[in-house]
Amino acid sequence: MSPRIAYIAANTFREAVRDRVLYNLIAFALLLSGAAIFVGQISIDIERLVVINLGLTAVSLFGVVIAIFIGIGLVSKEIEKRTLYTVLSRPVRRWEFIVGKFFGLAGTLVVNTFFMAIGVFGALLYVAHKFSKPDALILVALYFIVLEFLIICSLALLFSSFSSPLLSAVFAFSLFVIGSFADDLRGFAGMAHGITRWVATGAAYLVPNFSALNVISAVAHQQAMSSQLILQNTLYALFYTAMALSGAVLIFERRNLK
Amino acid sequence: MAAIEILGLEKTYMVGFWRKRPKRALQPLHLTVEEGEIFGFLGPNGAGKTTTLKMLMGLVFPTAGSARILGHDWTDPEVKAQIGFLPEQPYFYDYLTAHELLDYYGQLSGVPGKDRKRRIEEVLQRVGLTDIKGVQLRKFSKGMLQRAGIAQAILHNPKLVFFDEPMSGLDPLGRREVRDLMEQLKQEGKTVFFSTHILSDAEALCDRVAIIHKGELRGVGAVADLTATVQGKVEVIWQGTEVPASMKALGAECHITGDTVRAVIPENQQDAAIDALRRERIRLIALTPLRTSLEAYFVEKLQLPQSAEEKTLGTAV
Repeated sequence: MSPRIAYIAANTFREAVRDRVLYNLIAFALLLSGAAIFVGQISIDIERLVVINLGLTAVSLFGVVIAIFIGIGLVSKEIEKRTLYTVLSRPVRRWEFIVGKFFGLAGTLVVNTFFMAIGVFGALLYVAHKFSKPDALILVALYFIVLEFLIICSLALLFSSFSSPLLSAVFAFSLFVIGSFADDLRGFAGMAHGITRWVATGAAYLVPNFSALNVISAVAHQQAMSSQLILQNTLYALFYTAMALSGAVLIFERRNLK
Repeated sequence: MAAIEILGLEKTYMVGFWRKRPKRALQPLHLTVEEGEIFGFLGPNGAGKTTTLKMLMGLVFPTAGSARILGHDWTDPEVKAQIGFLPEQPYFYDYLTAHELLDYYGQLSGVPGKDRKRRIEEVLQRVGLTDIKGVQLRKFSKGMLQRAGIAQAILHNPKLVFFDEPMSGLDPLGRREVRDLMEQLKQEGKTVFFSTHILSDAEALCDRVAIIHKGELRGVGAVADLTATVQGKVEVIWQGTEVPASMKALGAECHITGDTVRAVIPENQQDAAIDALRRERIRLIALTPLRTSLEAYFVEKLQLPQSAEEKTLGTAV
């Protein structure tokens, strides 16, 4: 990997930290500790289920919001503020800039998720008093959430490479919502006929399949995860991310920075 | 070897709602800048100076044409390790300190880690940014940002430096310092290409200038040559508070300021003028041929009619 990608990624991470993005961890910690205490008081025998569901959903939602709201400005903000001029006038390829930005944001989200995961396990320990073997499945769910973040980061970057921040946010958030119901969309496509079937099938396979990456409920119910699912989801997320990033690079390579 | 060879670079933007109306920002531009010279790219606001610089930096893609920088194709990213660029009204990552910003840019330009710290201190000292350790750029004044911009442009010891309006935002002292810096860069053997609309800066600094207006190159040449044109008149200055009748008879245009008189007379009358002043026992202070100023040349070039092709395409303003 070009060292310039690492430098751009490190600077993007530093920007997120200095812009106090990681402060969301405080809100997350408050939410989770409050929920753990509350759940401990009102739930009987389902504390573990509630804490895992609530904790992992919060990890996912906090991360998605960060991915979208930072991702949409990664390129457009640099163009608007003209900070890009002094970067691209150096021996930096445009694709290196896009890939560096992606890794910077992805790194921010991984660090964020790491601290949130500690919070989830902490809350779980508080309500269940000990860890059990199925709790290891939480790590799989967290891994899938990180894969989800990679896709969203790349999509936000893709939209950011040609659109305004506001429109990018609308596009990215819409895709996140539609992608969360990708399985339903595929089911609908299977039932439809004629041109509707073609359109629905096309849309179902074009939007990111976030529903396949959402195993929070299954993990909370201690359902086993097959290694095939892990491999399949990994390949899918990496492929989708690579495609979206390639799109962002293709657009950005041709863009005039007026 | 030429430092910059611009081979017919041109830029036409498509404007309007359907992007069907062409608007030409730059007509085919042919220009050569030699190594080691300070070259001024002059023109009023909206002339096409920044568009040209952005194309050379690979920020904007030309509609046609190409360029060579330091003997290499201008699109070769490795060429950029040897050039420095200061954009107009630069804006930087304001969450960084100047040291962090320069460290980041040093990394991107391939300055080795062991040299970076020393180079950063050197350039900050050179542009007059001291006592700023730990201060984020968001707390910098406009002039300080301009200095940081110049520092990042010369950090990696480039052979060729592009400055877009480098004096912008600087006070008179700062402008003087930047002029001195540009002269130092020249003495170090570097080539400086800078755009400006401040003619006094160009006249004081440049070996050669090009004048661009409405996207069209209107003139190019050595400042000394452009300002050497004698207008067929001489300027006579003598001590006194009045104009002798013999001088008036020569058709002199006279202006009295304090205890000196300045007169402009036709060149073929200069001997007669000297004789007249001698006869009147008046002390002659100076007699110099009247030369064209860069400003006069600039105005003359701007008033040239637009080319016929340009009229049909329209130009960006």
